[in-house]
Amino acid sequence: MGAAATGIGIGAGGLDLLMPMHLRLDPSGAISGCGPTLRKLFPEPPLGRPFFHLFEVCRPAGIETTSALSARSGTRLHLAARNGSGVCLRGVVTPLHDGRGLLLNLSFGISVLEAVRRHGLTNGDFAATDLTVELLYLVEAKTAVTEELHRLNRRLEQARRAAEEEALTDELTGLRNRRALDQALEAAILTRQPFGLMHLDLDFFKEVNDSFGHAAGDHVLRSVAQVLARETRSGDTVARIGGDEFMMIFPGVADAERLRKVARRMIAEVDKPILFEGRPCRVAASIGMTLSVLHDPPEPARILADADAALYAAKRAGRGVAVMRQVGGRRPAGAQPGP
Amino acid sequence: MHGLVNRALECFLRDTYSPALWAEVAHGARLGFGSFEPMLIYDLSQTEAVILSAASRLDRPREALLEDVGTYLVSHPTTERLRRLLRFGGVTFADFLHSLDDLPDRARLALPELELPDLRLTATGPHRFRLVCASPIAGMGHVMLGLLRAMADDYGVLVLLEHRGQSAEGEVVSIALLDAAFAAGRPFDLAERLG
Repeated sequence: MGAAATGIGIGAGGLDLLMPMHLRLDPSGAISGCGPTLRKLFPEPPLGRPFFHLFEVCRPAGIETTSALSARSGTRLHLAARNGSGVCLRGVVTPLHDGRGLLLNLSFGISVLEAVRRHGLTNGDFAATDLTVELLYLVEAKTAVTEELHRLNRRLEQARRAAEEEALTDELTGLRNRRALDQALEAAILTRQPFGLMHLDLDFFKEVNDSFGHAAGDHVLRSVAQVLARETRSGDTVARIGGDEFMMIFPGVADAERLRKVARRMIAEVDKPILFEGRPCRVAASIGMTLSVLHDPPEPARILADADAALYAAKRAGRGVAVMRQVGGRRPAGAQPGP
Repeated sequence: MHGLVNRALECFLRDTYSPALWAEVAHGARLGFGSFEPMLIYDLSQTEAVILSAASRLDRPREALLEDVGTYLVSHPTTERLRRLLRFGGVTFADFLHSLDDLPDRARLALPELELPDLRLTATGPHRFRLVCASPIAGMGHVMLGLLRAMADDYGVLVLLEHRGQSAEGEVVSIALLDAAFAAGRPFDLAERLG
């Protein structure tokens, strides 16, 4: 391959046209011709300078003389220009006819983007058969498409989050809803950390609705929601799970007395009259409580049933009461009357 | 029709007129959403509905509206990217014209789902060409007319363009290249957008 058995005549202009990145070396290894695009890589015209002063053959290794280069005729070469640019070139070498030296044809290979940018190359710098401009076109088109896809992904992600938020929020109070509570309960169990659970039900809410109307009822629910949000920490889950029922999860709480204190504060706050259009509406809160540490293993249905049973006991003990339920179907541990 | 085409129509109306006008057009077209997603595919009837709604709302003939869309596609800052991709077609305006044949294939290289109008260029004289444009959207020839006029400005050449109506193969646009070096065109740097 690459043997120059039969000479064919072609002028330097013809070589420039066909191979704008070719190099001709004379038998001594000095550059005797250089294609117009390759010339742009060097501040000074490279004619007459030794090839190995301007180029380094990176692969195959060990090519440091003209004869070594000549021996590699037909092999794919990887070169670096010694012009400080770090631009890599690839190419192939073949002997010229009658021992008149060597002909190399080079291209930028994958470093073409860097070369185009650095040397301000244009369409006209590439051979008519060269697909570089198509490559640049594709890079640009694909970059544009990828950017659009990223934007689409961001919009979809925002929409997904908004939809998820909406699906987990109680529209009236802005608290979490039943679905969110169920998820939070599952998550709390999965973390294997202790947690407390409260089930709160309003007393006299029906009376407020009946005497002052639904707008007053809604106002009361929103006010109670604010109380509950205030009396809980940011990592707690506070949900309205239906009508006038609320449920709360307190991650990290294993101490019954701590939960009782929170319950007493909530009961005291909810007990205060809520003004609606200048008129006081009065409701009270009954609370049933349980702790995950009372359950081994904690199961959502069992924990919810325990909290519900404790709430039932609290209701029976009178309004404004919080009851801690103990595990195993035993009687409630005792009722704490509200303040 | 590809979201990119619909989105181009939408951006044309937003940028040339106003976001409020686009909202009215979208409402009139009964789209049921506020904005086209450029990377989704829409039913052709929605594209048609937008064109009809815009022409009626602006009280402009469909042909004139579509020609403005074509001009917008290569002359507005929003669509600079498209102008650049078209300029990859050739060093001279004549090269560019010949590259139109390849345009749908080029577009598919970047975006396989994108169906651009089928374009066929034939030389009818030394500086005369005939472009046949086949598309499911009626009036696409007028979009090409506006686009070619703006590209001629971009290359700095003087051309005479005329829409010759419908043939069996598609809409026909005649192109006469009057002066290939009429004005300094806009520069085109291959590497400008390569980061």
